[in-house]
Amino acid sequence: MEFGPYLLLATLEGLLMAAVLALTALGLSLVFGVLRIVNVAHGEFYMLGAVSAWWIASLVAEIGISSPAVAFVAALLLAPPLAGAVAFAAERLILRRLDYRPEPTIVATIGLLYMIQQGVLTLYGPDARPVRAPFDLRLDLYWFGWSGYKLAVIVFAAVLLLVARWVLVNTRAGLVMRATEIDTEMARAVGGIDTRRVYAAVFTLGAMLAAVAAVLIVPIQQAHYLMGLDPLLLSFVVVIVGGLGSLRGTLVAALLIGLSDGIVSVFFAPTLAKILATLLVALVLIFRPQGLFGERSR
Amino acid sequence: MRTVPSPPEKGPLPGGRSGGDDSASRRRGGELVGFSLHAAVPLAIALLYPLLPDYHQGNAARILVLATYATGYNLLFGYTGLLSLGHALYLGAGLYGAGLAVTSFGLDPVLAWLLGVLLAGTLAALVGALALRTTGVAFMIVTMMFAQAGYLSILHWNRYTGGDEGFVVPTVRRAAGVALDLGSGDVRFALALALYSCCLGIAWALVRGDTGRVWLALRDSEERLELLGHDPFRHKLLAFVLSGLMAGAAGAAYALLFGYVGASFATIQYSILALLWVLVGGAATVLGPLLGTALMFYLVDIVSGYTTAWLFVVGAVLVALVLLAPRGLLGTLQHRYRWRWLP
Repeated sequence: MEFGPYLLLATLEGLLMAAVLALTALGLSLVFGVLRIVNVAHGEFYMLGAVSAWWIASLVAEIGISSPAVAFVAALLLAPPLAGAVAFAAERLILRRLDYRPEPTIVATIGLLYMIQQGVLTLYGPDARPVRAPFDLRLDLYWFGWSGYKLAVIVFAAVLLLVARWVLVNTRAGLVMRATEIDTEMARAVGGIDTRRVYAAVFTLGAMLAAVAAVLIVPIQQAHYLMGLDPLLLSFVVVIVGGLGSLRGTLVAALLIGLSDGIVSVFFAPTLAKILATLLVALVLIFRPQGLFGERSR
Repeated sequence: MRTVPSPPEKGPLPGGRSGGDDSASRRRGGELVGFSLHAAVPLAIALLYPLLPDYHQGNAARILVLATYATGYNLLFGYTGLLSLGHALYLGAGLYGAGLAVTSFGLDPVLAWLLGVLLAGTLAALVGALALRTTGVAFMIVTMMFAQAGYLSILHWNRYTGGDEGFVVPTVRRAAGVALDLGSGDVRFALALALYSCCLGIAWALVRGDTGRVWLALRDSEERLELLGHDPFRHKLLAFVLSGLMAGAAGAAYALLFGYVGASFATIQYSILALLWVLVGGAATVLGPLLGTALMFYLVDIVSGYTTAWLFVVGAVLVALVLLAPRGLLGTLQHRYRWRWLP
């Protein structure tokens, strides 16, 4: 292959990764920003999204609808609320009772991670299972070809991110969230905001964002009970490098890491790339806790 | 550290006027009871051992080595209040340091063990010096990331480490020129018990002395300690390195006693297991780690008989502990019945 098409391919694959990563990391970042907790189980909500997408798609096929598009749309509409419901239950039963204190919460979400992961292993089994893409379009230029579905994922994720930004900036719900993020006490006392409801909503929303990302990826990668660990680690990298709680930083970091991942993997072995990424996160947290792009914390 | 609400002050502070001699002598009495209890535990284990069936005799040696790891973790997490999510790095350093020293360089087992401990201590000093610049959640993530880098390094340099599968360490028959047959379960048990008793003794002496008092004060308020003229960083680093050394001692002993070195011991799972064992037994109690390790070892052992998803139990116990009994078993007893001699 010549250099031009090769670079285009690497860029497009990088963009795909960045798009999915940005959605997942946005969920983690929102939860951190508003609730001030680190949700170690975030990757498991991603995995739940993928596994329930497979489950819903096979249910749709079972009732005799053979169109993969219908099955996929059903999964996209129903899987995120399912993952969200689990997150909502976890918030109500565990996190709320811990008062969102950061350290017990981390221990509890580690426990939650194991419970969800192993629960899925028991119910769903250790196999990786695919979901068919909603359409089978191939982009064919005379010198370059790429899956049309992958392109659609990039566009869809970009639209979702724009919508999320619009909601945060322009709606009352976004205002309430930002007020709670900036100062919970003040939001409750002066703004009359029921911050407990905001916490529950944001935690559920964060899980649903991860699940949406997973439904989008499941026609490309298969659903597997251990699939949540890599996105968790990468989301951590994105959120920390971008600056904890900073949305713009999260997006920039997702682009940077998604795009550079392809290029880094060309020059280094994938494990070595991961070693460098984890060390980078550690060093950023030690020497620039506000992130590479973030402003000094409030 | 808010995971574990601090237990009540242990006895009156030295120099407290009220009570005077009376409370001081009661304190000494309590000290004696506490000391006998802690000395009695290894003794009781040694006496019980011959009565156990074969299967449990083998488990006993493993539990004692793992409890050594947990005892070290408790110094950092329980007493100093620093929650590290990366102690598997030091366990793994001891394991690989000792294992590779024997298989690749043909070193004497005693030297190999020391090398493993030294490697773990050096890594702990390096990571500690960096990670202790952060606090709270950042500290957890930084320690976790360093440990993850260590684990990935084991996978990456699989030519030397055997990667995922690890390698077998040949059974030790001689050490330091003396015949020492580690093929025998009884010898393995005796060495494991000796290792655990040493670390238990060190932990006991430290936490009853000035160092322990400074650590507990650090856990409650770093600023106050600084005002009193102590250097918090130095004491935190001391706790970090000591717990890393004990983790390394346990890892190196594991490699030599049980003859297997594998990457799974360096995974984040083992960092979390140390936290779990300490939480179950009771953070900031000297015997808690042993109790927690033994209980969880058998719980997981029983559950594995029914399902492959034994990690579910680990998760459920973690959640139940932070919700219902953040002090752990011994911590709850200590708190409820005011057993102050139970440090």
